[in-house]
Parts: sequence; C-alpha cells; structure tokens
Amino acid sequence: MIFFELFYTFFYIGLFTFGGGYAMIPLIEEQIKVHEVAWGVSSEVITDFIAVSESTPGPFAINIATFIGSQAGGVFGAICATIGVVLPSFIIILLIAMIMKRIMKNRFVKGALAKVGPVIIALISYTAINFFLKMFLYQGHAVNSCDIAFDRASLAIFLTVGLFTIIYKKEKKKGLNPILILLISAVLGIIVFQ
Amino acid sequence: MKKESRFLCLMTLFLTFLKVGALTFGGGYAMIPIIHKEVVEKKKWLRQNDLLDILAISESTPGPIAVNTATYVGYQVAGFWGSLFATLGLVIPSFTIILIISTFYQTFMSISVINAAFKGIRAGVIILLINAVLKLKKTVKFDAVAIILFAITLIGSLLSLFLNFEIKIGTFKVSLSILFILMGMIIGIIATALSKKGGQKE
Repeated sequence: MIFFELFYTFFYIGLFTFGGGYAMIPLIEEQIKVHEVAWGVSSEVITDFIAVSESTPGPFAINIATFIGSQAGGVFGAICATIGVVLPSFIIILLIAMIMKRIMKNRFVKGALAKVGPVIIALISYTAINFFLKMFLYQGHAVNSCDIAFDRASLAIFLTVGLFTIIYKKEKKKGLNPILILLISAVLGIIVFQ
Repeated sequence: MKKESRFLCLMTLFLTFLKVGALTFGGGYAMIPIIHKEVVEKKKWLRQNDLLDILAISESTPGPIAVNTATYVGYQVAGFWGSLFATLGLVIPSFTIILIISTFYQTFMSISVINAAFKGIRAGVIILLINAVLKLKKTVKFDAVAIILFAITLIGSLLSLFLNFEIKIGTFKVSLSILFILMGMIIGIIATALSKKGGQKE
C-alpha cells in the first residue's frame, strides 16, 4: 500500500538525517530508485527540487517529503510522507525534553555522534560529485553506459557561478545567499540554453 | 493552569511557529535568527542559554533543526500538547506551499524558458552542496579515525555508483548511506571505549 510505504520510507529517512537537509539527499535518492515505478518519481527530480525548496520557506526535509508524497500519492500521500519525516525528530526530542536531558552529555553518545560527522560530510561530497557527473558527463544517461556526452555549457555555468561565489566571499567576508546563487545560475541557464 | 489560558497558550505556540515556518527560507541555520527573535526576545519562553542548549541537541539528533526546536520549545512551554501544536505550526506553511507547487509542477517544468533556467540551476546546486560541505567541515574534528571514515564512505558510495552494486538481505535492499552512518556510530563508541577514561568528565 503506497501510503504506508511513503510513511515508513520517510520515517526512516527522517531517523537517519543528521546534519540537516542536504545530508538526506543520498538517502532519498536510494529510496526513489527502489520505488521509482510505484511512485512515478525519478531521481532527476531531486536536483530541480533543491532549487524549489531553496526558494520556498521551510526546512528542506519537510519540503521534499511533501513534494514526493504528493507526486506519488496526492494530498494523502503528502500527509503520510510529511508525518513520517517529522515523527522521528518529534519523538526523540520529546524523550530528551521529558526524561533524558543528561543522555546528550554521556560520553558514548558524544563519541558515536562525533564519528557520524565525517560520514555525513562524505555523503554530501558524494552527492556533489554524483550531481557533477550527471550534469556534465552523462546528460541523464545511465552512468555505466558508454554514451558519454560532455556538456560544455553547463560546465561554463558551474565555473562562472563558482568563481563568482569565491570572489564574493573574499570581498564581502561572508557567503553568497543560496537563493542568489540559484538566481544567477537560472539567468545564465536562460541565456545559454534558450 | 486554567483551561482558557491553556488554550490561549497552545494557540500562541501554534501561531508563533506558523510564522517561523512561513518566514524562513533555506531552512536549517537560516531559521535561527527568527526563532531567537520570536522565542527569546518577544515571547520570553526561553533564555539565550536554553536556545544554545537546544541547538546543540538539535545538531546531534536526527531531523531538521527547526522541527527539533519547535518540539523542544513547545514541550517546555506547555508539555506534550505544546510540542504538538508548535511542530504542527512549523510544518503547515511548507506543507501547503509545496502541495500547491507540486500540483502545477509538470506544467511548470514543460515551459521552455523555465526548463533552460533549471538547466542552469542544476549547475548552481552543485555549488550549494560544496558550500554545505565546507561549512560542515568546520564543525567536525578530523582526526585519523574521522579521515578514514570519510574516505571509506566517499569511496564506497562512488564505487556503488560506478559498479552499480547493491547489498541485499533476503529481498530487502540495504541502504548504503545508513550502513555508513551506523558504521560511524559504532566506531565512535568503540573509540570512546578505548580512549583513556581519565581527563574526561562524565
């Protein structure tokens, strides 16, 4: 049953999402690959949805759960996926607030969490590399196909925006707003591809 | 607490986090200034230090920081129902907006200008991911164990991409990412057990 499936899939994505929104992308990609046919959502959608989520209010986790839920199972699907993704945090924080404030100071809990950090950073790095390969080399073809097309225009946009971000950071001493980064990329995309 | 004032309290929680949910773009740390203004300065539900504690807890528990904060503040102010109303308030704006977008998504993406824009955006998103890596890198202590964990996860994930392999237990496909996260936790616990007990409080 699709609603139950959406609920428990997002429940377990929510349970393993440490370190905020982007850390959940590899998890979501894995799940979409498993449920691609039943949900009618392809993993390509994720990249586009990052942009949608950045330009609408609210946490990424909730946005993407609602989106995939509704694409797969309408309003009720969206409700199931969203409750699923929120519930683990809700339960865990409630337990901590109620009885276990001290558990966070336990050295084994601290030790376990300290070593989740590098794994999360590696997973996000992997996502960046994966997206990079998809964008520029494979053009949506399967990764292991021999049909490699190198997309110079996308690479040019990537380098331009990247360079601009670095210069901005050097000059202004603070990072460029993500929405602005996406806006510049969108304008360049229209100029180059339209 | 009287029934009426309790109801009022729950509604205030709900509306406050509805505002936080509707006004914060980008999620995560972008929400903190607004949460601070509403919860610490205006409503005085928490002191500055409480908020810092919550952020520390949020960082080390799964789930979005905003959800964690809403649940925690709600509980502090009005117990279980407080946490439920605060969390609901936070979720409803995103939920509604994305539901509307989702309905028009296919039509929207088939417009050719939009399509070109999103081709550009796909390049920009990679910059956002690199930014996230650079930001998170500062929060982690990269000792030898951490570097090895980082390398295993990155190389393992890339191998699974190129070789297209999967791990199955029976018919159940094991998530590689979750496997790596669990590996990190277990190694963290072992490292703590092996490290000298002296010099560490509690």
